[in-house]
Amino acid sequence: MNVLPVILWSDALVWLMALAALVLGLLSRRQPPLAAAWRRVGRSRPGMAAATVVAVFVVVGLLDSLHYRPALDTPAAGASAAPAYAIETLSVLDALAVPLRLRGEKTYSAPLATHAFAKETQEIRAADGSVQQVRDFPRLRFGGAHLLREEAPAEATDGDTANANAGVSRRTADPSATTDASPVSSAMAPSALPATSAMSEKAAALAAARQYDISRRVGVAVLSALIVWAGVVVWVVQLLARRESLAFAEVGRRLWRGETVFAWRAVLLTLAAIALVVAPMLALAGDYHVFGTDKVGQDVFYQVLKSVRTALVIGLVTTLTTLPLAIFFGLAAGYFRGWIDDLIQYLYTTLNSIPGVLLIAAAVLMMQVLIDTHPQWFATAAERADLRLLALCFILGLTSWTGLARLLRGEAMKLRELEFVQAAQSFGVSDLRIIARHILPNVMHIVVIALVMDFSSLVLAEAVLSYVGIGVDPTMISFGTMINNARLELAREPAVWWSLAAAFTFMVALVLAANLLADAVRDAFDARLVGSS
Amino acid sequence: MSHEIDFAVQPRQTPPRGESVLSVRGLRTGFAAGRTTLTAVAGIDFTLHAGETFALLGESGCGKSVAALSLMRLLPPAGRILGGEVRFAGRDLLRLSEAEMRAVRGRGVSMIFQEPATSLNPVLRVGEQIIEALPGGMGRADARERALALLAAAGIADPARRIDAYPFQMSGGMKQRVMIAEALAGEPQVLIADEPTTALDVTIQAQILDLLARLQAERGMGILLITHDLGVVARAAQRVGVMYAGEIVEEAPRAMFFAAPRHPYTRKLFAALPDGVGRGHRLETIPGQVPPLSAMPAGCRFAPRCAHAETRCTLAAPAWREVAPGHRVRCHRVDEVALAASAVSAPLAAEMAASGTAQAAHVGSAASSQEFRIQEFTAQEAAVQVSAVQVSSIVPEGTEVGSALTAPSPLLEVRDLAVHFPIRQGWLRRAVGAVRAVDGVSLALERGRTLALVGESGCGKTSVGKAVLQLIASTAGEVKLDGRILTGLSRSALRPLRRRMQMVFQDPFASLNPRLSVGEIIAEGMQALGLGRAEASPAAAVAALLAQVGLDPAAAGRYPHEFSGGQRQRIAIARALAVQPELIVCDEPTSALDVSVQAQILNLLGSLQADLGLAYLLITHNFAVVEHLAHEVAVMYLGRIVERGTVGEVLHSPRHPYTQALLAAVPRIGSADEAPPPALSGEMPSPANPPAGCHFHPRCPRAGAECRTAYPAPVAVSATHTVYCVLNAR
Ligand SMILES: Nc1ncnc2c1ncn2[C@@H]1O[C@H](COP(=O)(O)OP(=O)(O)OP(=O)(O)O)[C@@H](O)[C@H]1O
Ligand code: SF4
Ligand code: SF4
Ligand SMILES: [Mg+2]
Repeated sequence: MNVLPVILWSDALVWLMALAALVLGLLSRRQPPLAAAWRRVGRSRPGMAAATVVAVFVVVGLLDSLHYRPALDTPAAGASAAPAYAIETLSVLDALAVPLRLRGEKTYSAPLATHAFAKETQEIRAADGSVQQVRDFPRLRFGGAHLLREEAPAEATDGDTANANAGVSRRTADPSATTDASPVSSAMAPSALPATSAMSEKAAALAAARQYDISRRVGVAVLSALIVWAGVVVWVVQLLARRESLAFAEVGRRLWRGETVFAWRAVLLTLAAIALVVAPMLALAGDYHVFGTDKVGQDVFYQVLKSVRTALVIGLVTTLTTLPLAIFFGLAAGYFRGWIDDLIQYLYTTLNSIPGVLLIAAAVLMMQVLIDTHPQWFATAAERADLRLLALCFILGLTSWTGLARLLRGEAMKLRELEFVQAAQSFGVSDLRIIARHILPNVMHIVVIALVMDFSSLVLAEAVLSYVGIGVDPTMISFGTMINNARLELAREPAVWWSLAAAFTFMVALVLAANLLADAVRDAFDARLVGSS
Repeated sequence: MSHEIDFAVQPRQTPPRGESVLSVRGLRTGFAAGRTTLTAVAGIDFTLHAGETFALLGESGCGKSVAALSLMRLLPPAGRILGGEVRFAGRDLLRLSEAEMRAVRGRGVSMIFQEPATSLNPVLRVGEQIIEALPGGMGRADARERALALLAAAGIADPARRIDAYPFQMSGGMKQRVMIAEALAGEPQVLIADEPTTALDVTIQAQILDLLARLQAERGMGILLITHDLGVVARAAQRVGVMYAGEIVEEAPRAMFFAAPRHPYTRKLFAALPDGVGRGHRLETIPGQVPPLSAMPAGCRFAPRCAHAETRCTLAAPAWREVAPGHRVRCHRVDEVALAASAVSAPLAAEMAASGTAQAAHVGSAASSQEFRIQEFTAQEAAVQVSAVQVSSIVPEGTEVGSALTAPSPLLEVRDLAVHFPIRQGWLRRAVGAVRAVDGVSLALERGRTLALVGESGCGKTSVGKAVLQLIASTAGEVKLDGRILTGLSRSALRPLRRRMQMVFQDPFASLNPRLSVGEIIAEGMQALGLGRAEASPAAAVAALLAQVGLDPAAAGRYPHEFSGGQRQRIAIARALAVQPELIVCDEPTSALDVSVQAQILNLLGSLQADLGLAYLLITHNFAVVEHLAHEVAVMYLGRIVERGTVGEVLHSPRHPYTQALLAAVPRIGSADEAPPPALSGEMPSPANPPAGCHFHPRCPRAGAECRTAYPAPVAVSATHTVYCVLNAR
């Protein structure tokens, strides 16, 4: 396939971070105290379960960070002619999620629905040839469209009883429509059409078919998930058995009892749980809208997947901005003391005394003006949104380094009084080298702890800022924009709840997992001195 | 329940003296480590009588503290009591419910801890903390009255003012007194004191031990005194139990204990004391280390380190043997050991030194594979390793000290050195005063000699050492190294001189960067100063240095946390030696170490000096170490030197009242049967505003009117002995 790879700035940063994490991981294997701390993380059962969940999110985010522009089918594609590429920038995730991305409905539809959420006026030709105007819920273009397909175009008047398990949403949504909330059969009764019974029969048939289809797919998905999972378990056990040269059964027994050093049981059980949840969703996603659709008919499941990357970028790139500032200012203030300390302290006290949201709002608005007045800077809309996302990260980073810097300053003040620092000074080792060799490695645990703790609060901060309207570009899908849109949807009667629910569930899953992992990391790294003395 | 009421309301009926108040049988305590439990206390028995002090003596990590915490049932979360019985007031404390136990703590048995700084709550006034510990049902005024009485009983001067003070406003000794007052609040029958004086100066230690003895005489309490210090045992205990690796191995009345210790471990402990052995002699050491909890030897736990061990020792744990009334020992070979010792105790030391390497190798193979063996290199071996690279003049032993002090160019010369730390206050952080840490100190040190700087904590010893090395800026005065003035030099001008002087720090756990390997730590100085040694590569240089300090060269790849305190101190010494210094400032090099390890380090320092001609500025508060290592002594008080002279002059005929008091406060093992001399009263004033006149006059028992007006002028007692006290002028 002919594509033009596009590297957005945030892609570069995300992959750089992934690479850096890998390199740091390899380096910390050579540092016994750090390696021991990471091994302690590996032993923590909740920590590793959370890490598994986070890893799934990270994979989604990384897939969504490989961008390209597909080639357009130009009619005269001569060898010499430069291929033309679509203006739209896609990611690998978009390519994998084509069914989700392209099969938009007209507007809202409830999760797993076959019919739209609002009634529309449709004209149908009755058997006698007369044209009737009917207000009813139309079949969706894609959601459950394969069910009883042959009748669908003509028989658009199926009762919405089909929507068997979306009971909440079955009340009519259009304010101008009849506001009867009674079951369809009775609502249909006044029209007293001869087709009524036939139609309700079809509706019942559709409902049954949908129910059957869904349960079949879920069943198959659960089964295959379990089979794949069992395969993974066998593979892991085999790997361990080979590495430790033990009998397969013995390793299996240890793993089952949770006696392995690395918390394999927690990881595998979490994987099982994830597989059991995700596999049915994937199986259904092909022909249904698992989480319904939004106002413009876009699949909410797709939006949720896209939000993951935004959250990860916000969480990671912001810390990337925060870290150098915090480390540099914190350590310099704590190590040198004197006027350098005074200066840095004044700087962060001043920053801290301005309410953070105001500072961010001011910076974001300024940036927005800048972006709006220079449209020529950006080749695609994706680039513009991306730059705005990065700018938001930097602004968040610039305003949030103070907490970590203060912690590091205190720690550096303690460390500089320690005797190994004085021993180095008595050798005439230069200050920068002392900071790099003697101070920094000894505050690394604080940095790691702050990093993982900050991640979830940043994800939440994005949601809040986007809600207030000073977050990411409105065209960029994020948990924040989803929740912001849901604000209006919730005000409808009946409420459109699924968008908010999906965004909320996924965000909570991500933040909760990140927090649990942060706890495990903190415990492991705080205990480092216990183990070493 | 009647007991609780007894403790709470009525004045306690003191049990008759000599009656048992606490009896421990087969107490076993462990720590959960993963899926296993490591036994830290392996079945100890002892009985504590009313009005008696029983000392539990042992080196660090032998389980003393864990035993004490088990009695109180205050173990950390991982701790588990595995068995045994603790009889107190007719009940087994280990079988009580937590609520019943709470009533016993404080009322029946109370405890004071090693670190007074952390055992008091910093945000509560001391009065409130004592009142909290009083039995309930007392009115506000009564309680305050009681707290005042307790503070007075604990020897706090002016309790009416101090009762409203916060802990940070008090010195370490005062905090320990408050802690004692708090422990006494519930009128306990048993007081457990876990290293109550380890964090304190000798003078304050003497005060606290006297206080405990007085309180005990008044109240007839039983005191369980936990300590690692034979001197404290000699001064304060009536009976002694020696702990080794979680077991009590010997138990005896004090007099018998000091006169005729029977267990090989105890005998080794005595032999390792630097007391009495003259300078230049090697101290006896105990090879190897206390075995880790996870690898306790079967049979006698001391067997891997015992010179008398034979096959049965490694097979079966020895049973108790009563060798004299009240004197019990757990050793298969008590009788042979006693015989052997009386015959060969002198040759033993020589043999140890000579065959050290072979013996260490034997121990190494027996000990766990993770531990490095400590090789006792003989002087010749070490000398061969370094003679190629280290060229220094060695002052012959016979040189007269007098000529050393007046020699034309001493290696180190300090004149009128002052270090003042500004006290900053207020919004603009203006200096409103100064802490005069060092206030005019002059010293001279020859090559190959040792000058000891002694004094109470806070008198400015360490500041002198750091100012000499230019690690802190001096306020006035000059420091000359080999005739070149160091004070005021720029960093780059100082760099080539840094090679010539190095420091060894007190705390071997804080002085090595835990993130660097031993090899990197040792190589750092060579790299920083751009030194290439004669050896082909830095790795070879590091290996030679490690061998020089008696460590396995393979240690270079390990990290500091894998080493014991003594081994870490060796690494720190190797780091200093790496740049071939001529002067090493040793800041309390052994005070964080156990007696047996201290002996190893003192031997090492001694042999390095003999071989390399190093000069040591030895900062210490331990007179035994001074006697063993130093040639000259300077006694510091409040930033100034009050007496200076050779070791013989200062330690054996001290002229300054402060020196005399310091020496009197040192618990001496030889004087176990004499009554200890009265302790020096009061504490060192703050160096921020020293008293006018002689700084020492508020505490001086012989101060006269003239002492209050002017600082005394130096008086030369002999060519080498100078005293700053008016008494000697007369
Ligand atoms: N919280 C703990 N978890 C695991 N092991 C412990 C714990 N506390 C102490 N130990 C172990 O128990 C043993 C006895 O320790 P303890 O503190 O009683 O020694 P000690 O004789 O009081 O030493 P020191 O003089 O250094 O205080 C040691 O081997 C120590 O490592
Ligand atoms: S029992 Fe044996 S090994 Fe143990 S102390 Fe006695 S002689 Fe030494
Ligand atoms: S000068 Fe006076 S106060 Fe000072 S030590 Fe001598 S006698 Fe005591
Ligand atoms: Mg202890």
